[in-house]
Amino acid sequence: MSEPAAAAAGSIDAEIVQFDNVGLRYGTDREVLSDVSFTLYPGSFYFLTGASGAGKTSLLKLLYLAQRPSRGAIRMFGTDAITTPRDKLPLLRRRFGVVFQDFRLVPHLSAYDNVALPLRVAGVSERELAGPVTDMLEWVGLADRMAARPATLSGGEQQRVAIARAVIGRPDLLVADEPTGNVDPEMAVKLLRLFEALNRLGTTVVVATHDVHLLRKVPDSLIMRLDQGRLADPTGALRYPPRRGGKA
Amino acid sequence: MSEPRALRLPDLFARHLGGTGEHADIIPQSRLSGPIPWVIAIMVALMVIAAAGGLALRNTGRAAAAELSGGITVQIVEARPDERDRQARAALDALARMPGITGARLVPQSELDALVEPWLGVSADEASGDLGGQAVPVPALIDARLAGPITPDRLARLQASLRGSAAGARVDAQSTWLGPVFGAIASLQYLSLALIVFLSLATGAAVLLAARTALGNNRPTIEIVHLLGGTDAQIARIFQRSIARDAIGGALAGTGAALIVMLLLGRNFAALQAGIVTGGALGWADWVLLLLVPAAAVTLATLTARLAVIRALKGML
Repeated sequence: MSEPAAAAAGSIDAEIVQFDNVGLRYGTDREVLSDVSFTLYPGSFYFLTGASGAGKTSLLKLLYLAQRPSRGAIRMFGTDAITTPRDKLPLLRRRFGVVFQDFRLVPHLSAYDNVALPLRVAGVSERELAGPVTDMLEWVGLADRMAARPATLSGGEQQRVAIARAVIGRPDLLVADEPTGNVDPEMAVKLLRLFEALNRLGTTVVVATHDVHLLRKVPDSLIMRLDQGRLADPTGALRYPPRRGGKA
Repeated sequence: MSEPRALRLPDLFARHLGGTGEHADIIPQSRLSGPIPWVIAIMVALMVIAAAGGLALRNTGRAAAAELSGGITVQIVEARPDERDRQARAALDALARMPGITGARLVPQSELDALVEPWLGVSADEASGDLGGQAVPVPALIDARLAGPITPDRLARLQASLRGSAAGARVDAQSTWLGPVFGAIASLQYLSLALIVFLSLATGAAVLLAARTALGNNRPTIEIVHLLGGTDAQIARIFQRSIARDAIGGALAGTGAALIVMLLLGRNFAALQAGIVTGGALGWADWVLLLLVPAAAVTLATLTARLAVIRALKGML
C-alpha cells in the first residue's frame, strides 16, 4: 500500500473524503448502507469490493454526490457535503471523475464530444480543449473513432470513451464502477495502468469491482470491502489510515 | 493506448484550464422544437392583430374626442320658418357676445338637407316645398365651440342665457351624443388587452409544457451534465437558447402573417372613407408598440423555459 500523501503530510485537513457513520436507505426500506466510516487521502488507490447487492453502487453514488445519505456525515475537500447549498455542489462535482457502470455516454454526441463534455461544462474554450481531448482519445486507443457515436461503438470502446471522459479533467477523485467489466483482460490491465498513472499524478482512485484478479494488479492499493451494506474495517485502517511511520 | 503516451499526462492536463466555451448541442435541437414555433407563430399573430385593433380603436376614440372636444350644438326648435330664422340669428348674436365662446356658425340649409336626406329620401327643402314648407320642420342648428371643459352646469347656464333671445333654443354637448360610442370603444380596447393577456398566458403555458417535455426526453443527458458539474444555469441556458430560437422563428412568422392581415383590413376600412375610421390609422409609435409584441413574446417564452427548467432541476440533488 502506498502512503497517502495527506497521511505523509500528517494533516487531517488534507483528506479528500471523510464518511462518518453514514447510513443510506431508499424510502422506507431497510438501510442499504449502515454505519459506513472511512477516510480517503490524496494519492490513494482503493478497490471497493463486495458481492452483488452489497451496496457498492450506493456507496459510489454518495461519493459522486448523486445521492444524499439518510444519516451520518460526509466531508469532501474540506466541505460538509450534506449541508453544502445545492448551487455549490457543481464546483465539488467538477473535482470528480466518474466512470459509470452503464457508461452513460450522451447518445447523440460523438466520442470526441462526449470526452470534451466535462471541459465544456467547466467553461474551457473549444480551442483549448481540442488538443487534450484528441490526445486522450489517442491514449485510450480511439484516435480513429473520434467522430463515432456511442451506438456505433463496441461495449469496450464505449467504456474507454467513458473512462476518457472521467479523467480528461484530471480529477482529484476518480470513481469507477466496474470499469473493466466490458473489456478483455488485456484492455483491463491497460485501463488499470491508466488509473495508476493518474494516481501517481495525485488523483485518488476508487474502483468498484468484484474481480479479485484485478486487486492483485495494483499491489499498493487499499481494499474496501462491503458486506450487506457494512464496511469491513477490522483494523480501523480505513477510518483512521496509518500516518507516516505506520501508526494507526 | 500505450504506456509512453501516459508520460504525457501532466502536459495533457496542464494546458486546458480557463476559458468560457460552452457547447450548444448537448441537447439535440430537433428534440426541443416540435410544434412550439407554430404555436408561437399563431399566438403572436393573434396578439399583434389584437394589439393593432386595440390601438386603432384608441386612435379612433381620441380622434373623435378631439374633434368633439368643446363642441356644442344649439338647436332652434321652432315650427314656423320665419320665427326659426329670427331666433337662430338672435342666438348667434348672443353667442358672439358671450365670454368663453371661441366660435359659432349657423349650419347652412344645404348641410341640414344632406343630414336629413338619408331619413327622408329626398332633400328636406324639397320635402318642405312639396308639403308647403310645413310638413317637415327641421330645427336650425348652430355649431359652436367653448373654451374649457363642458359641464352640465355650464350647459344649463348657456341654455338659460340663450332662452332670453331664442325661446326655442336647446343646447347639447356634441360629446354626449357619442358617449355610448366611446364607452363601446373603451370596452373593445379592454377586450383586446384581455385577449393579449390570455394569449400571453397560453403562450407561456405552451412553452412550459414544451420545456417540461424536452426536459423529460433529455433527462439522462441532463443528469450526466449535472453529475459532470453542470450548473442549473448552464442547463437552463441550453433549453432557453433552444426555445428562444424557436420563439424568434415563430414570432417572425406570426408578425408577418399579422401584418398581411392588417394590410388587408386597413385597405377595406380605408375604402369606407368615413372620418371616424380614418382617425384610427396607426402612427409610428403604434407600429413600434406592435413590434414590441413579438419581442415580448420571445422574452416571455425564453423566461418561461428558463424558469420551468430551473424548477425541474431543483428536484435533482
